[in-house]
Amino acid sequence: MKQLIVAPAPHAHSGDSVRRNMLLVILALMPAYVVSVIEFGWGALITACISVLACVATEYLISRYILKEKRQTIGDLSAVLTGLLLAFNLPSTIDWWIVLIGAVVAIGVGKMSFGGLGQNPFNPALVGRVFLLIAYPAQMTTWPTPQGFSGSYLDAETGATPLYYLKHIVKAGDASVIDQLPSLWDSFLGVMGGSLGEVSAAALILGGICLICCRVITWHIPVAIIATVVCFCACTGFAGALPEGLSTCDYIGYELLSGGLMLGAFFMATDYVTSPMSAWGKIIFGIGIGLLVMVIRTWGNYPEGMSFAILIMNACVPLLNKIRPQRFGEPKK
Amino acid sequence: MNNAMKTLTNGILKENPTFALVLGMCPTLATTTSAVNGMSMGLATLFVLVCSNVVISMLKNVIPDKVRIPAFIVVIATFVTMVQLAMQAYLPAIYDVLGLFIPLIVVNCIVLGRAEAFAAKNTVGLSALDGLGMGLGFTLSLTVLGVVREFLGAGTVFGFQLYSSQFAALIFVLAPGAFIALAYMMAAVNKLQKK
Repeated sequence: MKQLIVAPAPHAHSGDSVRRNMLLVILALMPAYVVSVIEFGWGALITACISVLACVATEYLISRYILKEKRQTIGDLSAVLTGLLLAFNLPSTIDWWIVLIGAVVAIGVGKMSFGGLGQNPFNPALVGRVFLLIAYPAQMTTWPTPQGFSGSYLDAETGATPLYYLKHIVKAGDASVIDQLPSLWDSFLGVMGGSLGEVSAAALILGGICLICCRVITWHIPVAIIATVVCFCACTGFAGALPEGLSTCDYIGYELLSGGLMLGAFFMATDYVTSPMSAWGKIIFGIGIGLLVMVIRTWGNYPEGMSFAILIMNACVPLLNKIRPQRFGEPKK
Repeated sequence: MNNAMKTLTNGILKENPTFALVLGMCPTLATTTSAVNGMSMGLATLFVLVCSNVVISMLKNVIPDKVRIPAFIVVIATFVTMVQLAMQAYLPAIYDVLGLFIPLIVVNCIVLGRAEAFAAKNTVGLSALDGLGMGLGFTLSLTVLGVVREFLGAGTVFGFQLYSSQFAALIFVLAPGAFIALAYMMAAVNKLQKK
């Protein structure tokens, strides 16, 4: 006999699920990953595999043996996405045990300690990355130059990233290293040194636009971040703070296309759990990230500040969530 | 005798100043960069706690109620100055590392808290035991936290190299690591006490 289930509306299910959204984000990251495999070769493959496997394993072990949950959550693919994003934030030549530690911290400290997916106040992949950056500063800031599969993965040549030169140019006012910057076109395509997945702005923008079209993310956060960075750079340029030889337009271009800005704006800051819910909340969140990243890039000690900026704004999300739409029928104040 | 035992162990386990009362977090987080530093800080606080508890307990009937806090502070500050000068004379290396945190024992919540909550109401003997118990509890937790942070952050314990320092996560010697290590230790202590 069939059981009659009585339930309140709505009855139609759109088929939307955590798993579907996570899968779409992972697919949207694939163009950038392909670029990084072409550029960094074995390093990109090995680092990403270790990171993803370690994240999934950590989540499973913690929920099975420490929390003793009956239902395992690794099927929702969020740990796979965390692992992939963590790998995207690491240099491809990094030692395997550092990746392992990063994955354990990302899932263990960043996510499971707070109660798993949906409870974490900070983006787990960024928690893992920032932990590694402070714990192993030397290894985390040694970036390989792109050379594909030709070179051996451990002895790759290393070089400074465009952001390092940019900081040197703007902060110290020294225009002599401008030649060291890659061309803007190379920066856009991603032919430069940097963390595994952040180099190719073109591939990341492509993936990000796909996500917006599939309605996995909304445009508010990425647009707010990018617009804020553009405004900040333009103000710096018009205030005459740039040295001779670097035009305002070039400056805007380099700031936008280098470092983790695109990866952060489209894939990290838009994480559902750690971003505000309302449209205005998202815009303020994005502006905050844009301002912080430029403040850190311009005056801070680190050349790149995207991960710190996102984590700091993550902490403001409970406040930003106080901005909420008017309730239906609620009188206007 | 039973009562005395209870007073002594109270501070070490049940009302451990760091893990149960969550008092004195500032020196706890700041001075536990290594096991030795944590232990020295704990011992300095232990000395001040015992002495100030004894003296305040003796003076409790003479001190007018309205000015008791300033009076307690004067007593505590006296002993802190003694510790500070003694450390500066005989343990200059540790004195340099702990620096400002030695004089800051004056405003440590544990010392003032025990003076107010215990010594001002109990006999001299019990107050001494309470100070000793609380001081030992504080020393113990600071030493354990220092051992954990030194082990993870530098690969050493009390200065002995246990594994290559290139594998050590520097973050545990810095401020963020202090918060992470303390949080997990507190979680573990809560879990154990629930059983």
